[in-house]
Amino acid sequence: MIGERWINLAVPLALLAVPLYALMADEPFTITLATRATILALAAVGLNIALGIGGLVSLGHAVFFGLGGYAMGILAFHAQNYSPLEIGPLTFAGTKSMPVIWLVAVIVSAMAALLIGALSLRTSGVYFIMITLAFGQMFYYFAISWSAYGGEDGLSIYVRNGFPGLNTLVPIQFFAVCFVVLCLALALNAMLRASPFGLALNAARQVPQRVETVGLNPMRLKLMAFVISGAITGLAGALFADLNRFVSPSMFSWQLSGELIILIVIGGVGRLMGPVVGACLFVALEHWLGGLTDFWHVWLGVVLLGIVLFARGGVVGLLTGKAGPHV
Amino acid sequence: MSEPILATHALCKSFGALTATDDVSIDLRAGEIHAIIGPNGAGKSTLIAQICGALAPDAGTVELLGRDVTGLSTQARAQAGLARTFQISALAMEDTVLDNALLGALGAAGNPWRLWGRVSRDAALRDRAMAALDRVGLADHAGTRTADLSHGQRRQLEVAVALTLAPRAFVMDEPMAGLGAEGSRVMTGFLDGLRQEAPILLVEHDMDAVFALADRISVLVYGQVIATGTVDEIRADPAVRAAYLGEEA
Ligand SMILES: Nc1ncnc2c1ncn2[C@@H]1O[C@H](COP(=O)(O)OP(=O)(O)OP(=O)(O)O)[C@@H](O)[C@H]1O
Ligand SMILES: [Mg+2]
Repeated sequence: MIGERWINLAVPLALLAVPLYALMADEPFTITLATRATILALAAVGLNIALGIGGLVSLGHAVFFGLGGYAMGILAFHAQNYSPLEIGPLTFAGTKSMPVIWLVAVIVSAMAALLIGALSLRTSGVYFIMITLAFGQMFYYFAISWSAYGGEDGLSIYVRNGFPGLNTLVPIQFFAVCFVVLCLALALNAMLRASPFGLALNAARQVPQRVETVGLNPMRLKLMAFVISGAITGLAGALFADLNRFVSPSMFSWQLSGELIILIVIGGVGRLMGPVVGACLFVALEHWLGGLTDFWHVWLGVVLLGIVLFARGGVVGLLTGKAGPHV
Repeated sequence: MSEPILATHALCKSFGALTATDDVSIDLRAGEIHAIIGPNGAGKSTLIAQICGALAPDAGTVELLGRDVTGLSTQARAQAGLARTFQISALAMEDTVLDNALLGALGAAGNPWRLWGRVSRDAALRDRAMAALDRVGLADHAGTRTADLSHGQRRQLEVAVALTLAPRAFVMDEPMAGLGAEGSRVMTGFLDGLRQEAPILLVEHDMDAVFALADRISVLVYGQVIATGTVDEIRADPAVRAAYLGEEA
């Protein structure tokens, strides 16, 4: 059995090795696949903070993914059309700068998470799942009807946004950007987990009544986790939109929320590397099996079933030999 | 007489047709152990839940340090100085013994919002947590996963978490349950000294412990307090003997 520390080191290195190999073998598409896995992993790292530490089964995290995507889409759309963005009495210029777009994506999704979390956390269990799902659907249909930004057809951005000092049009450079962001998010996750907040949140998932009796508010702890979680997933959405140079309402779809949960379960709920392993497997299955059959989701379902029935700790749990769903 | 640390006034609670708490007025004074005894299902845990804020009473009030706390949340009551132990251990089973004690220390500090720095390296929190574990004899098990503790050790950890809060009053629901003869004896000795720090409202089935510890005993039957008095008074009370002790002794 492998220590979790080694996994925490080996998994990012393996993810890094794939595009480096592809670069030498001159397979740019593989770099794109690795970038896709990296961004999905980032979105799932965000969800894993709410789901894995806080125990919040959110079936609405696509809201934040989509908001991040539309933050990018709208800002870049106004920049490429040279049209100002007017919000009430305020007028902004669009932008093609990734750092600015990221900041907006993070702030918008954090605010949405605060609102959605404050309402949803009044409930728990299946009601929480349903309420987050309902919010997801609201945003989805809103995006479909929002004709100013493409409605159902979405928005195309002609040139990938820029990052100071880099040429993001070069696949490996854009991968590097995403990879560094993922590593920072993983470091943030590890830091949170070990911090006083992480201890309290972890207890709030397991025994909320205990947390209350020591004078702490489990709901507020979970709300904070939800906001951080939403912000990270929102950032992933902005990167995802930049990868595809396209945003559409499907970024808000409940299928996407479900896929994020699925890949965390496959990788290992609450494990630091769970989302990364899950995202890589997900993208690999999607690519290879998807190339063989249109029904690759069936095989994904089989993998998921196997994990849920026989390896509750996901792949990371299998590797470390710890069966439980949490560390 | 000095004002009680903790008191209930005409507390009532029903679950449908079942009256679980029926006009209960009890108090807890400085330096004392006030034991609540009564048969299974008498409403002891329900009473505790109302005192600590987990359950809202249908009528009546709860007073802590002279202040009406009936409308306050569990958290607010804990911050005001109330520490509870659960009849069924409520501990973070996946975490270590030290983590559970650290949670108490964090609650006592009142600030869980530090998102950086290892909690286990925070000297102030750690000292507080370790001191509490040491007092109940769990210091050697600080690194043990809570799920791997014996039942009796979990009872001790419940008490340790309460200790980290340095509360003004303890409310303990059957801290001796499942401890075994030796464990009960040790816990009895420990609670005996603890009352100097803060009074204890003690729900307990272990009659040897109750008679050894209690300054006063209240007997709860079908949600009603049928008698309150010293150990001797309760032992001699004919209604108590008929309703409760008669069955056991
Ligand atoms: N949430 C609830 N809903 C309905 N009935 C309840 C609820 N909680 C407790 N009761 C009932 O209220 C009565 C008192 O229960 P309680 O747990 O307070 O008894 P207890 O004195 O603590 O018993 P024990 O000695 O077994 O711990 C019991 O009949 C119980 O079934
Ligand atoms: Mg009880």
